[in-house]
Amino acid sequence: MQLNTILKTLPLLMLAAGLCSAAHAADVKLGLAAALTGPAAKYGVAIKNGFSLAADEVNAAGGVNGNKLQLIIEDEQGKKEEAINVFKKLIFKDKALLVFGPTLSNSAFAADPIANAAKVVAFGTSNTADGITAMGPFTFRNSVMEADVLPVTTRAAVKHFGIKKVAIIYGNDDAFTKSGYDVFKATLANQKIPVTTTEAYAKGDVDFKAQLTKIKASNPDAIVCSCLTEEAANIILQTRALGMKQPFIGGNGLNSPKLFDIAKGAGDDTIMGSPWSSENLTPANKAFIAAYKAKFGSDPDQFAAQAYDALHVVAAALKNVKLTGAIDKDRIALQQALPSVTIEGATGKFAFRKAPPVTGKEVGYDAQQEAIVNIAKGGKFVLLK
Amino acid sequence: MLEQQLINALSLGSVYALFALGFTLVFGVLGVINLSHGAIFMLGSYAALLLVEHLALPLWLAMLAAMLASGLLGLAVDYLVLRPLRARNAPHLAPMIATIGVATILTSLAQGLFGAESKRFPVGTIPEESYNWGNLHVTAVQTGIVVISFILMLVLLAVMRRTQLGRALRAIAESPKAAYLLGINVEGLFYLTSFAAAALGGAAGVLVGLSFNAITPFMGQPMLHKGIAVIILGGMGDIRGAMIAGLFLGFAEVLTVAYISSDFRDAVGFGLLFLILLVKPSGMFGKVLERKA
Repeated sequence: MQLNTILKTLPLLMLAAGLCSAAHAADVKLGLAAALTGPAAKYGVAIKNGFSLAADEVNAAGGVNGNKLQLIIEDEQGKKEEAINVFKKLIFKDKALLVFGPTLSNSAFAADPIANAAKVVAFGTSNTADGITAMGPFTFRNSVMEADVLPVTTRAAVKHFGIKKVAIIYGNDDAFTKSGYDVFKATLANQKIPVTTTEAYAKGDVDFKAQLTKIKASNPDAIVCSCLTEEAANIILQTRALGMKQPFIGGNGLNSPKLFDIAKGAGDDTIMGSPWSSENLTPANKAFIAAYKAKFGSDPDQFAAQAYDALHVVAAALKNVKLTGAIDKDRIALQQALPSVTIEGATGKFAFRKAPPVTGKEVGYDAQQEAIVNIAKGGKFVLLK
Repeated sequence: MLEQQLINALSLGSVYALFALGFTLVFGVLGVINLSHGAIFMLGSYAALLLVEHLALPLWLAMLAAMLASGLLGLAVDYLVLRPLRARNAPHLAPMIATIGVATILTSLAQGLFGAESKRFPVGTIPEESYNWGNLHVTAVQTGIVVISFILMLVLLAVMRRTQLGRALRAIAESPKAAYLLGINVEGLFYLTSFAAAALGGAAGVLVGLSFNAITPFMGQPMLHKGIAVIILGGMGDIRGAMIAGLFLGFAEVLTVAYISSDFRDAVGFGLLFLILLVKPSGMFGKVLERKA
């Protein structure tokens, strides 16, 4: 009797399941591994917002070739181990067409090899460390490397303030701030600007006075800071408490409204280079900022902007891909379509550039973009003219 | 710049000492390394911040209330986590692991409630300017930290040395069983100790929050590492030792930055810890450990 019922219901269930899968067959699954909790969550949440906003826009406009984009978002907590787990889940279980993320360069070095082995694109939107795209041909990023931005920034700062010598402070246990420091060091050597002293701090440090007192004694014209936003803000405040007036020079890490939430006017005259600025008034950027504010009720930052652009880059690539439903083939087709994409996004004109060659290894693609140099005035960044 | 570095060291060392005070008190009396002390320190900071931001309480009142709140939290941790383990005569490792669990839960809770971003006290909560003597700069917060830390330390020392309560606590530290036989309310004093230690932790949290503008759910972890170093250095359970070792660690770190390299800041502090353990395994002032052993 029971079996009978089941047998009768079975075809119906199968039909229903069939219908469901037919309705979803046109969804393109895109994975996102982001640090939604933990200390890196401030970046991960902005990144998630940028992606959701762009996905909604693409879907509202009818999707790509009639296919809707479906984001599968997983929290990698800003940890290497979790990034590996999340990448595995998105690639092997969810069968995502590609994976965006992870948030930190540290995590990308751990997780991207998995994507490369599985022949799935790993698309970083916030990984700026050197060597990320050397991991394999399936690693892409639209985050502009510090190596491209910082020389432009430093040159502009030197000219603006007439700087003769600088001191450096940086976080020495974080791939992002350490790599920023390496680039600054090389840049300053190239541009023949002497470094009076180099000081380091560790993750979680809040008292920088010992290092800053030493910097003060070395009497630099400016302080180069390869730091994350909150550390930078506290470093700036503590220099002022020590009676120091030097301007700061920094990279991506300083590019957040959070800097002024903490440092207020003390952050004025900080010079920062970035591919994105809220003051960059191109139509694409203005539209992005307005849409972001409308959806999330807060100002976007660079991380949201780069995530937003990344989704539009992939959407543009998907226009040229004929999806077959065979996931392995589609993944490779997407990888082949990506390099030729160019868009005009929130961060300006964007194109990919093949990463510098590594012997015996295929490499991925870096961002080819102009850096925008900003200066802090009245508690916000404006374009340096 | 040496004078400035000495002032930096004094204020940093006072923070370490103040943090370690409650930590070492719990070890001395309960014989437990309470690894939730960092999380309680963090929540003390948030408590004062909420009171200043939302109820516009004056800072001193917010600080007292935050001490009370963290004290109650410490009491709850004792009642819910440590007491059942005591009752079961659990091995020493059990309360340590259990309090790691508590710290993780409290940290996640704080992250859920307040977000991962760092918060700061509103501008104007404390005078921002620094006092200058030539090239020497001392901020109001730095002065406040040193003064308040020393006051709290001296009060605690006086209680331990000069009062009936202190005598009872020291008796418990010696042997809870003997103290119980002498008619001391051991369980009650365990609660009181947990309360007082957590209140001290909360006070440290408020002062650190005030001075460094970085109240985050994760601020307890690095402090806990320093706190462990300080209480081992000072002799587990020794209050005077914790004060001196806290200052010592502050000076070691700052002078390392000043004269060696900032890269070695933590390495030198913990290297000294290792050296002292080799020379005097019970810490600089350790007696309790020897007695306990």
